[in-house]
Amino acid sequence: MLRRFIYSREGILSMIVLAMFLAVGTISPDFISVSNSISIFNDTSILIMLALGQMLVILTRCIDLSVAANVAFTGMVVAMVNQYFPTLNMFVLMLLALGIGAFLGAINGLFVWLLKVPSIVITLGTMSIYRGATFLLSDGAWVNSHQMSEAFIGLPRYEILSIPVLAWMAIITILLAFWTMKFSVWGRNFYSAGGNPMAAFYSGVNVGKVQFYAFLVSGTLAGLCGYLWVSRFAVAYVDVANGFELQVIAACVIGGVSIVGGLGTVVGCVIGALFIGVVNNALPIIGVSPFWQMAISGLVIIIAVVANASSDKDKARIILRKPEASVGSAPSQSH
Amino acid sequence: MDTIIKKSATPDALSTSKLPVFFRWESLLILIIVLVCVMNSYLSPYFLDPWNLSDATFNFTEKALIALPMAMLIIAKEIDISVAAIISLSSTLMGLVAQMGAPVYMVACVGVLVGAGCGLFNGALVTGFKIPSIVVTIGTMSLFRGISYVLLGDQVVRDYPAGFEFFGQGYVYWVFSFELVLFVFFALVFYWLLHRTKFGRYTYAIGNNPTASYYSGIKVNKHRLILFTLVGVMSGIASVLLTSRLGSTRPSIATGWELSIITMVVLGGVSILGGSGTIGGVVLAVILMGLVTFGMGLLNIPGIVMTIIVGVMLITVVSVPVLITFYKNKSNKAKAL
Repeated sequence: MLRRFIYSREGILSMIVLAMFLAVGTISPDFISVSNSISIFNDTSILIMLALGQMLVILTRCIDLSVAANVAFTGMVVAMVNQYFPTLNMFVLMLLALGIGAFLGAINGLFVWLLKVPSIVITLGTMSIYRGATFLLSDGAWVNSHQMSEAFIGLPRYEILSIPVLAWMAIITILLAFWTMKFSVWGRNFYSAGGNPMAAFYSGVNVGKVQFYAFLVSGTLAGLCGYLWVSRFAVAYVDVANGFELQVIAACVIGGVSIVGGLGTVVGCVIGALFIGVVNNALPIIGVSPFWQMAISGLVIIIAVVANASSDKDKARIILRKPEASVGSAPSQSH
Repeated sequence: MDTIIKKSATPDALSTSKLPVFFRWESLLILIIVLVCVMNSYLSPYFLDPWNLSDATFNFTEKALIALPMAMLIIAKEIDISVAAIISLSSTLMGLVAQMGAPVYMVACVGVLVGAGCGLFNGALVTGFKIPSIVVTIGTMSLFRGISYVLLGDQVVRDYPAGFEFFGQGYVYWVFSFELVLFVFFALVFYWLLHRTKFGRYTYAIGNNPTASYYSGIKVNKHRLILFTLVGVMSGIASVLLTSRLGSTRPSIATGWELSIITMVVLGGVSILGGSGTIGGVVLAVILMGLVTFGMGLLNIPGIVMTIIVGVMLITVVSVPVLITFYKNKSNKAKAL
């Protein structure tokens, strides 16, 4: 069991992350202290949650470019509601965030499910629409920390067992995702719908519906992260999380989620996100200018996909192709 | 599911639409362009001024130059979302070369060559390792722009040699800017390349069925490599124009352009699934987007609201044909019963 893990993609990747972590520790011992480890994990929590949502979408051969815009929009709505109704219960506000996120995700999902429009086009469109809607809503104004209630800002920072709530949320999401993707039929359907849509179709899996669920989950998590982001940085503005969708996809790709669908694990995805988190946190400590961050993550993505490509060479290249096309072509092959 | 099976019973076939000429995508675009023109000149008296219109072309010519090869790339079932990052890297290196006192022609050459190199790099990764182009270019997007950040940090390069500003600011004749003339020239070149040469037909063939193309003797990988390099070269040229127009370089130059470029291509009727589309459509889409942006600018509508409209346009454009076929199939079925 342990042996299998060590030789698996996740195992190799986690050893690389660990080695990096320890290497930085030799330069600055504080880096590997427990409190700093928690803080790195806390920093990466939002990325982890979004990457898990994105993983579902990529598993079903789609892609969701609108997550970051979803984060910005939901964050702005929640912040403004809090600004005007500071006494509103945090629980209600959180439900609101989840609801708005789910709604925005469902819009993407419905287009993909019912109209069979390629997800890259739809989410490219909704990405600018959601971002623009954030501007319309706020009129370009910022919601600053002094306009937010104490509970609003304090919740993700509240510590349980000296771990902040933000990190707990990521942990709960990881555990839920792990169980779902491993042991529930609903979760396994994502793999079958993406791995071989034709076979999934004939086994009674509604591929379009599974894709819809993937977008729904991705949107819901983005909604939650919208609140968390705004509250963590104590500011809401139009450009919140601008370009973050690429980091999210990068985390998935580094974690071994195959962009052609059907391949990828929760553990890999989390480690992929942690990889980015450790790099981002380590650079200032080892005295490298943070301007290197982007180039490094780009290089890592390329290395990761090249490594993945050599392990699954014969997979078809079909990211831009709808799985239904192959589902539909089945009958024509039989006669 | 029924309709889908019927629709794709002949997979990878070109759509053999018997629609009359005025129902074609290009005709539809022309109609919308005319409508937008009429509406704009009605809403704003400044719209039809030739100098105003000429100014408006600066907004889109650089993006449009990239949209042309991008259309060919998407027709061949690939995509390149690193184009804006290529602009940034090539602009950065031009800036560094200019700081060392290179003459104008050398600065421009560096820009184009860096673009070509980046395109070649993308193409080599896609064809050499058989990685989906979307992942490769997500990676190179960070890499190229990341290198710009490493080289420049928060610096700005402003010392370009005298005469360099002609590329982005000069006029060839009356209101016709160098950028506009260059765009018209390249539009004709790409029209010729896609619709009048064997290379163009191969592009469609690869987009419709890469495997069949391969077995028919088309050098699919070499073809893809050339297309990626073409996109790189055009991004390099666009970078020369943009840098010259702005007169300065920052690593964050042209952020988000890849999305508007892909929107132009899809709006022009190029299928994102590959295999169909025309240069004429893309050129019309470019003009349409330019006019809409310009008209809204005259009406003082903020840029971010324009992105909403562009997003809605993009989604409508891809959904409406699907809806139409959906209802057509439905009514056909009703008739059959």
